[in-house]
Order: sequence, then C-alpha cells, then structure tokens
Amino acid sequence: MASTLKTLFVDKSLCKGCGICVAFCPKSVLNISNEKVNIIDETLCIGCGMCEKLCPDYAIYLNEKEGK
Amino acid sequence: MTHEIIEKYFRKDMMPHIFCPGCGHGVLMKDIACAIDKLDVDKDKICLVSGIGCSSRATGYMDFNTIHTTHGRAIAVATGIKMANPELMVIVITGDGDAAAIGGNHFIHAARRNIDLTVFVFNNNIYGMTGGQFSPTTPTDDYGTTAPYGNIDQDFDIADLAKYSGATFVARGSVYHVDKTIRLMERAMLHKGFSVVDCMSNCPTYYGRKNHKGKAPDMIRWQKDNAVDSKKAETMTDEELTGKIIIGETHHDNREEYTAKYQKIKDRFVGGIK
Ligand SMILES: Cc1ncc(C[n+]2csc(CCOP(=O)(O)OP(=O)(O)O)c2C)c(N)n1
Ligand code: SF4
Ligand code: SF4
Ligand code: SF4
Repeated sequence: MASTLKTLFVDKSLCKGCGICVAFCPKSVLNISNEKVNIIDETLCIGCGMCEKLCPDYAIYLNEKEGK
Repeated sequence: MTHEIIEKYFRKDMMPHIFCPGCGHGVLMKDIACAIDKLDVDKDKICLVSGIGCSSRATGYMDFNTIHTTHGRAIAVATGIKMANPELMVIVITGDGDAAAIGGNHFIHAARRNIDLTVFVFNNNIYGMTGGQFSPTTPTDDYGTTAPYGNIDQDFDIADLAKYSGATFVARGSVYHVDKTIRLMERAMLHKGFSVVDCMSNCPTYYGRKNHKGKAPDMIRWQKDNAVDSKKAETMTDEELTGKIIIGETHHDNREEYTAKYQKIKDRFVGGIK
C-alpha cells in the first residue's frame, strides 16, 4: 500500500536567512549558507513541521508526496 | 500546509513581505490565515482592518477585503464597517503602539461596547516601524530609543486591559506557540462580541537589539521557555509568575453584543414607533 511521505521544499527567493528553522529543527537537516537556508541532509528529516510553522517568510515547507 | 495557505489567502505578487529577517509578524500573519481557513466563512464576508505600523502592513499581503487606515484608528474604522454591515466578520490587525498608545481610547471603548470585532494585537513591546521607541507594553526598566536609561513607565498587560474594559473573549498567543495560537484565533473569530488575542511577537531589529535579547531564534526560544498555560497560571502566585508569559484563554463571558442591541432599536421603528 502506498504511504504518504512528506517532502521538504525550500524557496530561496523568499528566505531571509534568519536561522529560525535551523534553530528549531530537532534533527540536523538544515544550515545557513550564503545567508540562505540550505538542506544538508534531507534523509534526517522527520517531517515534524517546526521549520514550516516558524518560518516568518514561508520559504520552507513540507508537501505530501506519494511514496512507496 | 503553509504553502497552500499562502497560495490561497495571500497576494503573492506582494511577496516577499517587508518585515525584517526573523520578525515574528510574518508567523502571526500566516497563523491568522490558518485560523480563517478552519472556519467555514466565505472569504468575501471577511474584512481585515489595520492601522499603521509594521504589524499593520499585514493587510497589504492578505487577500481579503482589506483596509489599511491611519495610526491608532483601525478599531474606529472597523466599528463603522461592522455597524453598517453586521453580517461581515470584521478583524483588526494592530500593533501594541497602534492599539494601546494612540489607539488606546478606541480599544477600551470598543471593549466596553462589546461590539463583535476580533482584534489581533501583534505585541512586540516596541514601536518597530519608527525605530524602537518604547510603547505602552515595553516592560519597566527595558530600553528603547526614547528610553536610553530604561523605561520608567509601568507597562500595560493587553489581555488585562481588554478584560477590565469589557471584552468578552480574551486570550494570549505567541510566535512560538503556533498551533495553540491558531486555535485561540479561531475561537476569537467565532466569538460573538469584542474578542482580543494578545499575540506576542518579536522584533529582533529594535526590541531585541536594544535589550540584548539575542537574535530572532533566541527571542522565540525565550517565549518557549517562559510560557505558562493560563489554566496553570490560576494556581500560581504573582511571584511565581514574574517574568513569565501566560498563554491561552484568560477571560470569557457572554454579555449581549452591540450590533444586536442596536438592531433591536432599529426593529422598534419598523412599521412605526412602538
Ligand atoms: C498620527 C501618527 N502619529 C505617529 C505616527 C508614526 N508612527 C508610525 S507607526 C508608529 C508606531 C508603530 O508601533 P506598533 O503599533 O507597536 O507597530 P510595530 O511597528 O511595532 O509593529 C508610529 C508612532 C503616524 N504614522 N501617525
Ligand atoms: S526560517 Fe525561513 S526565512 Fe528564516 S532561514 Fe529558515 S527558511 Fe529562511
Ligand atoms: S520538518 Fe522537522 S525535521 Fe524536517 S527539516 Fe523541518 S524542522 Fe527539521
Ligand atoms: S522593525 Fe521590528 S517589527 Fe518592524 S519588521 Fe523589523 S523586526 Fe518586525
């Protein structure tokens, strides 16, 4: 049966590099590089949504994607 | 989730918004849209009214009937809109300066009347837009550009001000407490009467810098570490609550609403004075 996986998306054109998502991510998924958010390792993401909820610029979000 | 909310309720051609990096207003503005999304209300039946300030810029980005008024007068304009169109859901987005300093009189009298408006105060304890002057919610002894030696004023608690002025639904949320704040916003909008949510924001550019509160993530972590649920706060002493922020519903009653009372008078004149 297909399960739904949440995939992390980043829109660098909206990111202001505030570091909130990095600070509140419970795993080491993100960092800031060249003043923008950067995904270091997506496989560590547990889909908790903290980054999405606390990003003041709507630059990082999860979307449901059909997985196996 | 956020992505769909932004697509659905924001004027994307106006993005990115003007708020500084890490400004809590961006989170609160999205929370309002999330709360509206949970209500079963036609977007065209919602009117957002704001005053002047960084917080009040929200009405430029949110795709509803919106009106960006003058400093301190959002509640006055919203009162007029609601009196003329009682069927509209009228929501005010304002700052601590806009609502409690220049607009303080409108705030207390709208509360006293219990008119069915929902007021979201983006409370960052400072005047952000004009460069960090202290506001009525800047805590005593904190710094602002106009309080270089520390603020000697006693600060207002917006939730208490609302309650003791006659508001019938009062709550406090914060940038950190996203889910809870959305639920409180939803309840405030559904409540028939004057509802206020004191939404604790963070201004890293002025309040944070002037008061050595660190960067945006530090200010949001402070909210997390110092929040006390309103139910638990009832069992705590004033001493224990010093330096804490009380999050949750703080007051609720069901006094008769103003436009409903006014309608009763209008009804008396249908078919001649009775
Ligand atoms: C009549 C009038 N007086 C003063 C100003 C200048 N002014 C603009 S915004 C503002 C204060 C904003 O503070 P607040 O409402 O707390 O919003 P924030 O910018 O912090 O979100 C002031 C004093 C004005 N625009 N109009
Ligand atoms: S919270 Fe948003 S704006 Fe801030 S660094 Fe992360 S993605 Fe960028
Ligand atoms: S969803 Fe959670 S784990 Fe994944 S990047 Fe965002 S904060 Fe980190
Ligand atoms: S000055 Fe303060 S309140 Fe205004 S946008 Fe910048 S951080 Fe936000």
